[in-house]
Amino acid sequence: MYYLETKDIVKQYAEHLALNGVSIAVPQGSVFGLLGPNGAGKTTLIRIITRIIAPDSGVILVNGRPFTGQDVYRIGYLPEERGLYKKMKVGDQVMYLAQLRGMSRKNAQTELTKWFRQFNITNWYNRKVEELSKGMQQKVQFIATVIHNPELIILDEPFSGFDPLNADIIKNEILRLKNEGKTVLLSTHDMESVEELCDNIALINQSKVVLHGNIFEIRNAYRQHVLRFRLFSDDFEMENESFTVLSKEKKHEYIDVRIQKKVEMENTELIKLILNTYPVISFEEELPTMREVFVSAVTSQSIKDN
Amino acid sequence: MNTLGLIIQREYSSRVTKKTFILFTIFMPVLFLALAFVPLWLSTIKDSEIKKIVVIDHTGIYAPEFKSTDDYRFEIVGKADESANYTPRLGKDFFAILQITDDLSKKPQNVFLISEKQVPMSLLKNIEKVLSEKVTRQKLDELSASGNVDAQTIVKVRHIIESGANVSVSTLRLNKEGETFASSSMLSSIVGIAFTLLIYIFLMSYGGMVMQAVLEEKRSRIVEVLVSSVKPVNLLIGKIVGIGLVGLTQLFIWALLLGSLTMVLGILPVFSNDAATSSQLMNNSMQPVNMSEIVAMFQTINWLEIILYFIVFFIGGYVLYASIFAMIGASVDNEQDTQQFMMPITIILLFAFYAGFYSIENPDGPLAFWCSFIPFTSPVVMMVRIPFGIPAWEKILSVIILYGSFVVISIFSAKIYRVGILMYGKKPTVKEIIKWAKYK
Repeated sequence: MYYLETKDIVKQYAEHLALNGVSIAVPQGSVFGLLGPNGAGKTTLIRIITRIIAPDSGVILVNGRPFTGQDVYRIGYLPEERGLYKKMKVGDQVMYLAQLRGMSRKNAQTELTKWFRQFNITNWYNRKVEELSKGMQQKVQFIATVIHNPELIILDEPFSGFDPLNADIIKNEILRLKNEGKTVLLSTHDMESVEELCDNIALINQSKVVLHGNIFEIRNAYRQHVLRFRLFSDDFEMENESFTVLSKEKKHEYIDVRIQKKVEMENTELIKLILNTYPVISFEEELPTMREVFVSAVTSQSIKDN
Repeated sequence: MNTLGLIIQREYSSRVTKKTFILFTIFMPVLFLALAFVPLWLSTIKDSEIKKIVVIDHTGIYAPEFKSTDDYRFEIVGKADESANYTPRLGKDFFAILQITDDLSKKPQNVFLISEKQVPMSLLKNIEKVLSEKVTRQKLDELSASGNVDAQTIVKVRHIIESGANVSVSTLRLNKEGETFASSSMLSSIVGIAFTLLIYIFLMSYGGMVMQAVLEEKRSRIVEVLVSSVKPVNLLIGKIVGIGLVGLTQLFIWALLLGSLTMVLGILPVFSNDAATSSQLMNNSMQPVNMSEIVAMFQTINWLEIILYFIVFFIGGYVLYASIFAMIGASVDNEQDTQQFMMPITIILLFAFYAGFYSIENPDGPLAFWCSFIPFTSPVVMMVRIPFGIPAWEKILSVIILYGSFVVISIFSAKIYRVGILMYGKKPTVKEIIKWAKYK
């Protein structure tokens, strides 16, 4: 069941085609990573989903039905370019933003108290935003994004400006929201957090979706058939036409060997082959990191285009 | 509460609760009244120092005519003493030296007033009056001495000259019922210029405030958070309405304060008397005006109509200019970049102000007439013309054009605003901004 689907979204700015038939499908209750180099069209897509701008063509479905104006209240959006009224008190500000998203005053007040307590910031209520540090402001912004209990939370570069400690707080919040059944759309350049948090991703490059799907499947698809063995041995001298040794590293009484195998050869056969000669302590197939997938997908497309 | 209401409320209350707003709103009328009354009051205070003027009269005809007053003492020095050098003592012992070297009835240029400091207008006028009267009498004496005219005629002529011509034009206005009533074109001018100035200042400052507000939301990067839950057009309307209400609040408080303060001051005898005497002083050449006449003239002006039209034109002009200012604020990233776009708007407003100013001279002239229908100038120019009384169709047409064009401009502005608030980076060109309007 997809919570959000975009179908063939096209958006043209003056001389620049920002989105060229972009379709993504975000499953309910998952964290979805929206990746891509700068200027690929991620923010444009997000702005279309949040109804800030209208697409030239294409449709957006929420829970399988067309998206309407009222649906914006089900979305919590933390833009990349974000800020708060500098002269306004933190509490008043969050109240204002919550009410703008259709919450009643009373309801907003209850939720605000709950969130402020959870983030340990109840004593900030009467402080002006300009008195807060950037990290503190980000926390307030995050609360303002989720205070109206949205079903879909869209976070554009949520970790920029956060120290690792505060970034972890936000990561935990994202996972907690997911466990509550909320759908999270996350746009970020931080590939480690993508691996950590995302279930599915879409990679947008040059206005098109170039990769889409489950993160594990994608990493699998991009594997280079590199296996890492840890052997109880002084050296590794086996040679075979079905594999090549990439590197060897001696550590105390064992040795770490990285092997590039031929695609035709099954992993189990290779293990059997090595196990016949050397005692294997551990064995692991190296999956490419999201960073490597990203780089390889983006560069291969650029090569194709040129 | 709906979102538009929320936005208006925030824009309004965040401004009217500011200390600067409260202080400015309360002290402005006080300052305004002080500016109007203090000079009036000061002008009635006599200079405590008596100025000494040395009169050196070679002819001996004119010197006796000068009578010392509370302000001036004329010291008559004979021709014999002229050898004494007065010039070095000028400014210390005397204020001025009046030198009459010849018979003025024959050579009227031969009189000089020498002083170190600027001579007060009143002194000069006084001296000129005394001398002119004397010369007139001299000439009449000569005429009668010549025997060409009979003595009786000369007596009559003298009488006529002494009593003076005393012509003073009373301006009357004819209303629709054919009744005439007294009016004062000077008072109409003052009222017109006051309202013109007020509307000009309000358009500038409140339009500018809208621009600042738009720019602030863009600069602080809160705008994208806002437009994800509010339609940009609502955000824009909320801002313009909220700030406009702040302007109307300020006007209302000022009207209230000014009204009650003038009433209080009017009751005080010092001010009412002083005001009457000083207006007499100012209108020296005219027929003296007394306080009750001023009050009567005040009543001839249709205040209700003027205030009503002021509000109508203020709202129309404000929305028109605020839409343009909002467009500018949305198009740029920072204050410096606004300058380029502000320039033409400021020039248009300044032109409107000057057009209004010169319309006082000729409230029905072609400049005033045409500027009353151009929406960018009509709110300012019309405020000058309305106190003079103009046909109803002109007023109605002007309002219709103004409101029609603000609808068009604000729709265009909303389109630009919607795109501009999300654009960061380089300053756009006018061509690019116009393209934005076509974005879906």
